[in-house]
Amino acid sequence: MNLDSLLPHLGEWLRGTGPESDVVISTRIRLARNLAHLPFATRATPAHKAEVVARVKDAITHAPPAHPLEYVDIPQLSHLDRQFLVERQLISRELASGLEGPRGVAFDPTETASVMVNEEDHLRLQVLRSGFALDEAWHDIDQLDDALETRLSYAFHIQFGYLTACPTNVGTGMRASVMLHLPALGLTKQIDKVFRALQKINLAVRGLHGEGSRAFGDLYQISNHVTLGKSETKILTEIREVIVTILQYERQARQALLKERQQAEQDRVARAIGTLSSATMITAEETMELLSAVRLGIHLHLIDNIPVTAVNQLFIHTQAAHLQKLAGHSLDGEERNAARAKYLKTKLREWSLPRP
Amino acid sequence: MKCQRCPKQATLHITEVLGEDRYEEVHLCEECAKKYLLEPQKKSTAAKPPIADDSEDAEAAPTGPVCDLCGISYIEFRNHGRFGCANDYEAFKAELLPLLESIHGDVRHLGKTPRRMPRSQGAQVELVTLRRRLQQLVTEENYEEAARVRDRIKELENS
Repeated sequence: MNLDSLLPHLGEWLRGTGPESDVVISTRIRLARNLAHLPFATRATPAHKAEVVARVKDAITHAPPAHPLEYVDIPQLSHLDRQFLVERQLISRELASGLEGPRGVAFDPTETASVMVNEEDHLRLQVLRSGFALDEAWHDIDQLDDALETRLSYAFHIQFGYLTACPTNVGTGMRASVMLHLPALGLTKQIDKVFRALQKINLAVRGLHGEGSRAFGDLYQISNHVTLGKSETKILTEIREVIVTILQYERQARQALLKERQQAEQDRVARAIGTLSSATMITAEETMELLSAVRLGIHLHLIDNIPVTAVNQLFIHTQAAHLQKLAGHSLDGEERNAARAKYLKTKLREWSLPRP
Repeated sequence: MKCQRCPKQATLHITEVLGEDRYEEVHLCEECAKKYLLEPQKKSTAAKPPIADDSEDAEAAPTGPVCDLCGISYIEFRNHGRFGCANDYEAFKAELLPLLESIHGDVRHLGKTPRRMPRSQGAQVELVTLRRRLQQLVTEENYEEAARVRDRIKELENS
């Protein structure tokens, strides 16, 4: 597959139109699965890993027709292409460059469903959807899992459930995470309070790129910790209840901002657009922070000429690997900052033009 | 007195000094004693991982139990946090229960089960039992029966 063909498009999950999409960017569910009778990653020889790849490749030809999967071999990709897949949320940084030996990822053209092969577990299934869509994501991934299982024999234990390389994933093997945009809770300094409450009820909070990543642009992922002793439905219900509460807090905070300091917010958003459309050098971090302000401005109806999908696209297209793919060659740090500024300027000019 | 690791008569009696005023007696036959002495030294209690100690498993060697399929020991697993194969869950079951309880607050899966479970599940359970039986037969030097069990394991693994 030529990855360049993905470049002009956006994964379905970034459409920005799903339920509660003023706050919820996307919903992701992943399932960890291992093949019975083959050693796990730490004990697997390259031959074992090649066998896992061969078996999974055979199984994905039987994936549900809604999600026809195409396999991409990671060791054959350039460093830039691997990073590109990380930015599109299709593979982990681990799979990109932390691991060795046969490994890869299969995904469908809408980038909704994907299967990482030979990451920490033999298979990591993922479904990624726009907006708050836990039920739809579970329905999709459950089907994909069933379809793959008709050709694969999973390691399963009567008492412990699906067996995983790390004991923190055993049981359902399921991690459901919801990516939230919480700028108002950040501005009103309530965010830490919310997260302390989450940790008490055993939910994890992480940044855009998962474990260990910083939360840029007020984007946070909330996910379950526990995978053993609760059914998938129960886990999803618990997360749903928490997200609904956070949604209410964020919306209240947004209303409070409008009521108490609309003028100041209007100014902050206008300055953000000003910087984004006139800077000649800009870092990824600053871009995320400014886009966060613009995104909030759109949902507070302080600006109306920029579509929210456009902002979502900029979040992804201004990351390092995407910029280099757009440029058609590799760029060093300073060149990237210049390319990013130029790209933002062009895009914002397109959207600011009066529409016919 | 019997050897603590095999059914033979224990001929060697070793006293391990675990720390101040803490001793452990180990009774082994000559053969097992040789292996025992070649194994890494038992660490003092303070250096042990928190989960591994309390178990009074008579088989507990200095490395904890070892998986006969992938060869990793319980201590290796605790050091790296990753299992070597699916069989580890059975091989380290006694040690795992308190660990899983502390991670998940539960030790029993309640969710989805594979559709193919009846067949593959049955085979997995049989495999686990057969592997244990095979070990026992080898220690008993019942090689004829052991060979038959080994053939059955191969058959199940390849199905």
